[in-house]
Amino acid sequence: MSGRVLVGVKRVIDYAVKIRVKPDNSGVVTDGVKHSMNPFCEIAVEEAVKLKEKKLIKEVVAVSCGPQQSQETIRTALAMGADRGIHVEVTGKDYDTLGPLQVSKILAALAKKEEAQLVILGKQAIDDDCNQTGQMTAALLDWPQGTFASEVSLENDKVKVVREIDGGLETIKISTPAVLTADLRLNTPRYATLPNIMKAKKKKIANVKPADLGVDLTSRLEVLRVDEPPQRQAGMKVETVDDLVVKLKDAGKV
Amino acid sequence: MQITFSRWWTSVCDMANPLRGEVFRLYKNLLYLGREYPKGAAYFRERLKSAFMKNKDVKDPEKIKALVAKGDFVIKELQALYYLRKYRAMKKRYYESEE
Repeated sequence: MSGRVLVGVKRVIDYAVKIRVKPDNSGVVTDGVKHSMNPFCEIAVEEAVKLKEKKLIKEVVAVSCGPQQSQETIRTALAMGADRGIHVEVTGKDYDTLGPLQVSKILAALAKKEEAQLVILGKQAIDDDCNQTGQMTAALLDWPQGTFASEVSLENDKVKVVREIDGGLETIKISTPAVLTADLRLNTPRYATLPNIMKAKKKKIANVKPADLGVDLTSRLEVLRVDEPPQRQAGMKVETVDDLVVKLKDAGKV
Repeated sequence: MQITFSRWWTSVCDMANPLRGEVFRLYKNLLYLGREYPKGAAYFRERLKSAFMKNKDVKDPEKIKALVAKGDFVIKELQALYYLRKYRAMKKRYYESEE
C-alpha cells in the first residue's frame, strides 16, 4: 500500500457570511464575498494529518478543483499539515456548472494516478449541500465507502469506521483502498496559524487540467432559478387563550 | 497613525534583542487571527494596537516575557472561540436538536 491519502478540499463562501441572491435570481452573489475552506473539508484534512502523525500513512495530498483562488484553500490544507497540493484548474462556465459528478470523476482519476490508499472528503459542502461527491467517487473507483464517519481507525489493510446514522451509530469494517467522508464529530480541526502558513509556502502545488486526466466536465444539470427562502412573517400577540383559538380558526388551522 | 506606530517600534527596538522578535511575532500572529474576529477586523486591530501601546514602556525582560505569554494565551482563546462558533453553527444547521 502506498500510504498516500488524497483529501479533497472545496473553496466555499464563508459559513458566517450572510448569503445574498443575485437580482436576476441566477445564483448567489460571490464577488467580493469572503470565501474559506468548507468546514467538513477542514475535518477531512485534520483526520488525514492525524493519521500521518500516528505514522499510519505516509503522505497527505490536498486536492481542489476550481479557479486560481482555489490555491488559497490548498495552502490552508498545507498549513494544517498536508504535504503537497494538486490544483485542478476549472474556470468560467465549466466552474459554474462544476458539481459532484464532475468532481468525483476528477478525484477518481487522481486517486488512480496517485495510487491513493484512502480518499477522505467532507460529507457535504455548505454551499450546495449535495452530499454526493464521496459516494460517487467510491462508485466510480469501485471502492468501499465509509460515509458520515465520526470515528476512523486503521487496522492493517482494513479501516474500521463508526458512522453517524439516523437513530445512532453504525460500525463497519471495509478494506482499503476506500473513500471516507467526514462528519462533524470526527475531530477538532487545528487552526492554520500564520507561522504554519509561512512554512507551507515551501510546499509544492501541482497544476493539472481536467483534460489531462481525461475527464469530461459536461454537466447534466441546469440551474433554472435561485430564490431566497420565504420571509418569516411577523408574529402576533394575543391576550387570552380564547383569542388564540379565534385567530387559529380564522387562519384555518383549527 | 504613522507617528504612534514608529513610537512603538522605537520602544520595541530598545528591548533586549531576542524579546523584540518575540513581541513582533506575537503582534503579527494576533493581527492575522483578528481578521476573522466576529466584531470585524478593524475593531480587533484598534484594540490590539492600544493593548500593545499601553505596554510600550515596559523594560523589565521578565515582565515582557509574562506579557508575551499572556498574548499567546489570548491566541489560544481566540482559536477556541472561532472553533466553537463554527461548530455550533454547523450543529445548528445540520443536526436535529436532541430535545
